Amino acid sequence: MFKGTSTYIATAALQQAVNAAILLEKPLLIKGEPGTGKTLLAEELAQSLDTELIQWHIKSTTKAQQGLYEYDAVSRLRDSQLGDERVHDVNNYIIKGKLWQAFSAKKRPVLLIDEIDKADIEFPNDLLLELDKMEFHVYETQQQVKADIRPIVIITSNNEKELPDAFLRRCFFHYIDFPSLEEMKAIVDVHFPNLKTTLLNQALEVFFNLRDIRGLKKKPSTSELLDWLKLLLAEDIDAATLHDKTHQGGLMPLFGALLKNEQDVTLIEKLAFMSKR
Amino acid sequence: MLIEFLFTLRRHGIKASLRELLDCLAALEKGLCFGSLDDFYTLSKVIFVKDETLFDKFDRAFADYFQGVEQVNIANALQQQALPADWLRKEFEKHLSDEEKAKLKALGGLDKLMEALKNRLEEQQKRHAGGNKWVGTGGTSPFGAYGYNPEGVRIGQHESRHRKAVKVWDKRQYKNLDKDADLSTRNMKLAIKQLRKFAHSHEGEELDLNNTIEATAKQGGLLDVKMAPQRHNAISVLMLFDIGGSMDDHIQICEQLFSAAHSEFKHLEFFYFHNCVYEHVWKDNERLNDSLLDTYQLINKFGKDYRLIFVGDATMGPYEITYPGGSVEHWNQEPGRVWLQRLTDHFDKVAWLNPQPKNYWNYYQSIEQIDGLMERRMYPLTLEGITQAVKTLT
Repeated sequence: MFKGTSTYIATAALQQAVNAAILLEKPLLIKGEPGTGKTLLAEELAQSLDTELIQWHIKSTTKAQQGLYEYDAVSRLRDSQLGDERVHDVNNYIIKGKLWQAFSAKKRPVLLIDEIDKADIEFPNDLLLELDKMEFHVYETQQQVKADIRPIVIITSNNEKELPDAFLRRCFFHYIDFPSLEEMKAIVDVHFPNLKTTLLNQALEVFFNLRDIRGLKKKPSTSELLDWLKLLLAEDIDAATLHDKTHQGGLMPLFGALLKNEQDVTLIEKLAFMSKR
Repeated sequence: MLIEFLFTLRRHGIKASLRELLDCLAALEKGLCFGSLDDFYTLSKVIFVKDETLFDKFDRAFADYFQGVEQVNIANALQQQALPADWLRKEFEKHLSDEEKAKLKALGGLDKLMEALKNRLEEQQKRHAGGNKWVGTGGTSPFGAYGYNPEGVRIGQHESRHRKAVKVWDKRQYKNLDKDADLSTRNMKLAIKQLRKFAHSHEGEELDLNNTIEATAKQGGLLDVKMAPQRHNAISVLMLFDIGGSMDDHIQICEQLFSAAHSEFKHLEFFYFHNCVYEHVWKDNERLNDSLLDTYQLINKFGKDYRLIFVGDATMGPYEITYPGGSVEHWNQEPGRVWLQRLTDHFDKVAWLNPQPKNYWNYYQSIEQIDGLMERRMYPLTLEGITQAVKTLT
């Protein structure tokens, strides 16, 4: 049973979602704001189960077939013209994809299909049968590849495209909420156990206030907060400076870690200027 | 088992199927959730809901269904008073910790507690009839054992936990992710992602070099030319924003729509108008006179393949649409109706997004008129509305 790890805090709901997916052998679809630890989940899960993590990062050009296998016909043609012996065995030119790797693993692995929404709209549909039955056919060698142990499949999505219903039906779904103040404290605690409480409280206050500001193009998320705290620690900035509203024209120290957008920085400056008057 | 739950979900608009139900039952069989309504809530959410925009619907369906169960429970509990007291007592004591037993004693023993329980149950029944939704108030420590009456064991919830769980779905924290809800910043982004759908169009074919090499190699060197459909951001969008007057109420949402659309389309043109389109549209509200553009020019300049999107509340006097000189700002030779007609005739794909909530539309004659001129292609400025508009525009 997955309960989070020493460096990854999983909410009860997330734990249950993961455990349901493991027990019922269903792919788990994870959505959530960028920076809430979707990809990290697969890594931590693999680590806590002490098993292999097979990562398949999806791009707009990725094809479903590439996850199964690829037939390198061009090498074969070249080899045939050079009179290489390898050319007689087609198996030499079949390159295993990530799904094949996952299907043939000795110990039940974690297969991460990252950012599935980046791919073509047909991509999820092309994987339906493979994810359902965990088997596929290799046309070139007339071989049937079947998973002995069904891998744990974690799929992440950023909502750029809607996923087809037929695909969704085969998955379990969990939406990672933005952590509450308490959860955020717990998360920060496992990353920076020695952080001073006053500094942490102050920093979290600044952070959540920042998230509440309407009109920010990119709200800072957990990963940005952790980066920022790291910097604060490194620069040895104290809680008082954080509290000082007039610092650097109203911007928090090392704001670059939190605000990734020039317009957002300008917006905060304006707001700080207005509140001073 | 849980079949009624499935139907409750479907009634609330969650398109769950038998497959999910079987999954859920399998999960229960595997013991993923036992004796906790809280766990069942998270588990069933994982299984039945596939999209965060549906979370709110799920919460409501869940409350609906389990409110029903709760009522059944209390009704049954009342009947239990006719059950043999000894048996009930035994069942009861089984679940008490030593600490609770001590407390029980302090309260005057089990008999007295039973009495109190009975009263409380009756009281609760009455309150239920009064339409009060969740009666969790009895769940303080001496009555923590409430949940352990035989019927309670069936659902097996723990009173205090139960109350916590209720909060989760009664809070309706996903309300603003609902598709029919008004757009917030995040929803707007989601909606615009849908607009992107038609930003990729297939126009003509081009040589697919990789595939050609591949196919040629497979043929053992015989040339096999492969073509692929061209993909590029060919879609051009022309947006006309209503500005000023009654639109001031909706300015924020329009700004969001504007900035979201701006980042999604390479070819986005926009102009402003007031209430209804007449001879002129303009580009810059501050330099209104410099930036005027003849509407005829607009029609000539932009090809009919431009997707035309009006954004406006269409709330005005009917004469502003139907009469020459009806405009509130200047003398218009021809009625707005004619200009709208010209635009919809010229552009193949047109939609009107209206920030006014759809249930108000009936109260304005002008909305009905414009909707008619748009050939019913007016949609509310909500996630769902944008989705429909995108469908019309594709």
